[in-house]
Amino acid sequence: MSTDAVIMLRRNFKHTLRNPVTVFNAVLLPVVIMLMFVYMLGNAFSVGVKYIDYATPGMILLAVSYGLGATATEVNDDMTKGIINRFRVMDVSRGAVMTGHVIVTMLRSLISIAAIIGVAFALGFRPSASSLDWLAVIGIIVAACFATSWLTVAVGLAAKTPQSAGLAIVPLILLPFFSSAIVPAAKMGAGVRQFAEYQPFTPIIESLRGLLAGTPSAGYAITALAWCAGIAIVGYVWALATFRKRV
Amino acid sequence: MSNTAIAASGLRKAYGDKIVLGGIDLDVRAGTVFSLLGPNGAGKTTTVNVLTTLLKADGGTARVAGHDVATDTKAVRAAIGVTGQFAAVDELLTGQENLQLMADLKHVGAREGQRVITELLERFDLTESAQKLVSTYSGGMRRKLDLAMTLVGNPRIIFLDEPTTGLDPRSRRTMWDIVRGLVADGVTIFLTTQYLDEADQLADRIAVLNHGRLVAQGTPSELKRQVPGSHVRLRFTDVFELDAAARVLPGATRDDEDLTLRVPGDGGVKSLRALLGQLDEHSIDADELSVHTPDLDDVFLALTGRANTEVNAQ
Repeated sequence: MSTDAVIMLRRNFKHTLRNPVTVFNAVLLPVVIMLMFVYMLGNAFSVGVKYIDYATPGMILLAVSYGLGATATEVNDDMTKGIINRFRVMDVSRGAVMTGHVIVTMLRSLISIAAIIGVAFALGFRPSASSLDWLAVIGIIVAACFATSWLTVAVGLAAKTPQSAGLAIVPLILLPFFSSAIVPAAKMGAGVRQFAEYQPFTPIIESLRGLLAGTPSAGYAITALAWCAGIAIVGYVWALATFRKRV
Repeated sequence: MSNTAIAASGLRKAYGDKIVLGGIDLDVRAGTVFSLLGPNGAGKTTTVNVLTTLLKADGGTARVAGHDVATDTKAVRAAIGVTGQFAAVDELLTGQENLQLMADLKHVGAREGQRVITELLERFDLTESAQKLVSTYSGGMRRKLDLAMTLVGNPRIIFLDEPTTGLDPRSRRTMWDIVRGLVADGVTIFLTTQYLDEADQLADRIAVLNHGRLVAQGTPSELKRQVPGSHVRLRFTDVFELDAAARVLPGATRDDEDLTLRVPGDGGVKSLRALLGQLDEHSIDADELSVHTPDLDDVFLALTGRANTEVNAQ
């Protein structure tokens, strides 16, 4: 990573720390949602296993997606508030500006996920994953964070205003609810069920679920990683093209 | 030429059918203030964006600090500082952190950076607010910080795009003093403004831009000489007085709506006394009298007005 990217990362990290809304949405809200589902609704769902064991992988993905809203808005802020022209005249590469946002988004998500897993353990989460499985879990989480971050940076660049950037990313934030995160896709109504089965978050969640339960599935893992690679490439290419067009 | 800081020839830029720059020629000597003056939408910001490598021109060439803006962007960027129309400051950082960000990006060493930042904060009277978030700053403070950020790394050519638009009179004066201080240090300033008094106060040379074309160029006094001389303006209480005065002063032009009469003259005491004598003699009572010497407003209105009719005639 270039020096400029490190400087940008430090700047974006300060932004997160100084914005209570960002901290709440990205870190605390996923934990609150998890408590809500596990405590209030968990007993009403019959998913075949202990609900906290079922729900934790889904909550991990929820934590990833809830961190994206702030990134879309911040990226757009940079573009619309004139500071990007200052960076350009100073020869700061577009790579550094975008990488700074991607990495800070990933860091934020990883902190939130650590909190989710910690709280899950406190709520009785007992995974049977081996240390190798845990490594795979971390690998898939990082891949998912990386891919969604790039896509979000692209959305932030493409939007006209910070508000519309925040709005444009909402579908991505809601996507985990239409996956197997909360309840198995098989229990959903027709239409939603097919959508849930084929959307990218389901294989990602299912691969994590398998790994954490000690029953990894190579099929889900491959589909999950393929989705991540696809989303990352689309996000990266789109972000680069938009950046070039925009400034 | 070593004493030319900015040179442009035939700069053109269009968005679709809309011509924003229709062939601009500029020559700015090093160590001077050059002001590009024009109404909103004249093409001032576009000119700045082309000269600062933020925008590619469709045609023409421009050299800044001796480097071509189209082919040698890196060298141009290393030589210039830009303060745009909207304060490009980071609201979630403190004033100090904003300056530190600039020092880091310009790879100024830690100790040197600290010295430069302390000095800039002092010079711009921001030391007290240095540890506060910029989101709490007033408009004037933001502009000052913006300019301070531009000065990190000591650029020798500085572009200021409407630096005082929206500022209160006091902040404007502070800004002017800062600009004068920079010029005294030998910095070249390229300033755009829509305020004529600002150009008059600061600029060594002024170019008037209207509809993407330069309609005049010169020193402030050269430009002022281009418009008709001074006159005395008389206001009357009713149209009968105005009629009477117009009969006595045949060389004057009357404005029935304003009940005013514009009498050409040099504005000197002698001619003024003669004028008042004439009015007395005919018992004409003027309500109000004012002496006008041409200022840049007259120049501006005359020039941009003329340019408008030319465009319409085409």
